[in-house]
Amino acid sequence: MDIHEYQAKKLLADFGVIIPRGGIAYSPENAENKAREIGGSKWVVKAQIHSGARGKAGGIILCNSPLEVAQATDKLLGKKLVTNQTGPQGKIVNRIYVEEATDIEREFYLGLVFDRSSESIMVVASTEGGMSVEEISKEKPESIIRSKIEVAVGMQKFQAREIAFGLGVAPELINRTADTIIGCYRAFSELDATMVEINPLAVSGQGQILALDCKMSFDNNALFRRNQISELRDKTQENPSEVYASDRGLNYVSLDGNIGNIINGAGLAMASMDMIKLAGGEPANFLDVGGGATPEKIVKAFKLISMDEKVKVILVNIFAGINRCDWVAEGIVQALDKIEIKVPLVIRLAGTNVDKGNKILRESKIKYIEANSLEDAANKAVKILK
Amino acid sequence: MAVIIDKNTKIIIQGFTGKMGTFHADEMIKYGSNVVGGVTPGKGGTKHLNLPVFNTVKEAVDSTNATASILFVPPAFAADSAMEAADAGIRTCVAIVDGIPSHDMIKIKRYMRRYSKSEKMSLVGPNCAGIISPGKSMLGIMPGHIYKEGRVGIISRSGTLGYEAAQQLKDLNIGISTSVGIGGDPINGSSFKDIIGKFEEDDETDAVLMIGEIGGPQEVAAGEFAKQNMKKPVIAYIAGLTAPKGRVMGHAGAIVSAYGESAVEKVEILKEFGVTISKNPSVMGETVKDVLSRK
Repeated sequence: MDIHEYQAKKLLADFGVIIPRGGIAYSPENAENKAREIGGSKWVVKAQIHSGARGKAGGIILCNSPLEVAQATDKLLGKKLVTNQTGPQGKIVNRIYVEEATDIEREFYLGLVFDRSSESIMVVASTEGGMSVEEISKEKPESIIRSKIEVAVGMQKFQAREIAFGLGVAPELINRTADTIIGCYRAFSELDATMVEINPLAVSGQGQILALDCKMSFDNNALFRRNQISELRDKTQENPSEVYASDRGLNYVSLDGNIGNIINGAGLAMASMDMIKLAGGEPANFLDVGGGATPEKIVKAFKLISMDEKVKVILVNIFAGINRCDWVAEGIVQALDKIEIKVPLVIRLAGTNVDKGNKILRESKIKYIEANSLEDAANKAVKILK
Repeated sequence: MAVIIDKNTKIIIQGFTGKMGTFHADEMIKYGSNVVGGVTPGKGGTKHLNLPVFNTVKEAVDSTNATASILFVPPAFAADSAMEAADAGIRTCVAIVDGIPSHDMIKIKRYMRRYSKSEKMSLVGPNCAGIISPGKSMLGIMPGHIYKEGRVGIISRSGTLGYEAAQQLKDLNIGISTSVGIGGDPINGSSFKDIIGKFEEDDETDAVLMIGEIGGPQEVAAGEFAKQNMKKPVIAYIAGLTAPKGRVMGHAGAIVSAYGESAVEKVEILKEFGVTISKNPSVMGETVKDVLSRK
C-alpha cells in the first residue's frame, strides 16, 4: 500500500527525520491561511498524488506570496495530473501540501528496501539527489552507496555514519545525517514498510538536513496489525477496477490489451497471459480468482471483467485440483445465469473431472468456445479478434 | 527414494482441528501420507480424525517422533508456529498459508540461525502448494492423483502452474519423483537453489523442471548453482512475459524491481547457464520429454 508525501513525512518526523514546516489544505483559502501560519516569504504548493515525478508534470509550484499559494492551489485541486508513473489517465489531486521553501545547498538520494538475495534491509544512498533511483543507476552508478543491515540487531550508528561520510556530508552534519538514516531504518522495520525513500534529502543554506520529498510503501500482509497505516489508504489514488477487485478478494491488475482473463492461481494467470502474447494478442488484465476458484469468486470475476469496455473476448482458464472441474463448471453456469456477457467466451478446464466439467458446460445454455490446452485457448481467443 | 519426504515420513498437522487443517489432513491421510497427529494449543489430550491432538509441537514430537509438519494456522500466527516447529526438532515444515508479513518471514529465518546445519529445519513456503512424492507421501494441498510416480523433479513457485506441469507430464506418460512448491512470497523458507541440490543427489531423479516467474533473484541463483554443481539436466519455464514493471502480479513476490528480474532477462541468463527453456507454458511437458530423450 502506498501513502501520500505528507503522510510519509509525518510518520518519518516521529522517528526524528527533520522536515520543513508545512500543512495540508483542501481549498485555496485553506492553503492561503496555512501559508500565513507557516510564515516566511516563499512557499511550495505540492499536489498530493501517489506518484513521483510530480514536478515535471506541473504538480509542484513555487509561490512568493500567500495569494500566489491560493492561486496555485486553485489551479491544482480537482485536476488530473499525468506523470510518467501514473499512465495516461493520470491521478486526481484532492489534497494540497503547502510547505515553506528551502534554499538547497546539496541534494542526496536515500532509499530503503528489502534485499531479496540477502534477506536483509538495504540502504541505498547517492550524492545525485533529485534524480530517480533508476536514472541514478543508469547515469551515475558510481555515486551509489549500498549498505546491508542485519535485521536481527538493527542498524548501528557506525553504519549510518559510513553512509554519511560516503556522501561527503560536512563533519558538523555527520551525526544529524546518521540520525536521519537510522530514523528511516526504524520506521521501515517498526511500521512493516517495504520501501522508504527520501529524495531529495537536502542540506539547506542554514546547515540543516531536511527531507524535502518522502515516499513510503507498506506490506499489505501486515496491515492487520498496523491500524494507523491502514487508515492512510486513499482509494481515489488507485485504479477503480483494482479497488473493486481487492475489496472482493480478487487479485487484479488492469492492462492495456483486449483479451479479458479469468484464471485460478497467480502463476497460471501469468502463464496464460504469456500464451496470449505469444499467440499475437494482448491481455486486458491479470485476474487470479484464487487456487480454489469458488463459484462466488467466479461470479465476481465475470462482473468485474464485464465492466471493462476494452475487453473484446474473455478467456477462462481453470485448473481444478481438489475443487473439481464439474463443480467449477457449475459455478460458471451459475455466474452466466446472473451476468450477461456480450463478448465471445473461450473456456479451458483442466485437472480433476475435466470430462464431467466439459459435459456440464456443453449441455448448458452458455455460448462459448471450448479449448483443451493453454495454447489452444490462447489461439482461439486471438483468432476471434482477427 | 524421492527427496524430502517418503512413505515413512511421520507428519503432524499444526492447526489440526481448524477447517483447513481438518480437510487437508484428511486428504493427506487418504493419499497414504503417514500423518501421526496434530497440534492445536488448548485441545491437547483429545482425538481428531482418530489421531492424537497435542498442545505443543514439542509434546507431539516427543510422543510420535514426527519429523515433518504442515502449517494451517492464520498468517498472523504463522511465524510463531514455524519457530515452534524449528525448536521442537521438526526437520521439514511446510507453510501453506498466504499472507505472512515479509518482516515475519525474515524473523523466522534469523531465528533459525541459532541451529547448526545438521539441526536446522527446512521451511518450505509460505504461500505454496506443499510437497508431494507421488505414490509415497503428500505433505501439501495438491490434487494427488494428477502426479504420476516417476523420475522428474519439479520445483515451482506457483501452485496451479505446478499442477499444469504435472498434468502435462502425466499426459506424456512421464512421472515425478518429488514436486516441491516453494511459494509466491518475496521472502520464502527454501529457494530453488536450496531444493535443486537435493534432486542432484537423489538416485531416483533424472532431470529437474524449475517453474519460476518474474521478481527476485532465485531462479538465476539456481541456474548458476546448476551450472557449477549439477550433472542432471535442468529445464525451466519463467512466467510473466507480459507483466508490467513495478506491479505485483498476484503473488506478493511477483514484482519486477531490478535488472535480471523480468521473465525475458531471467530466460536469457538461464540459457547462458545451460538450462533448457520451455518456450511457453503449454510445452513444459514436451520440453522435459525432449531433454530426457537426448540423455
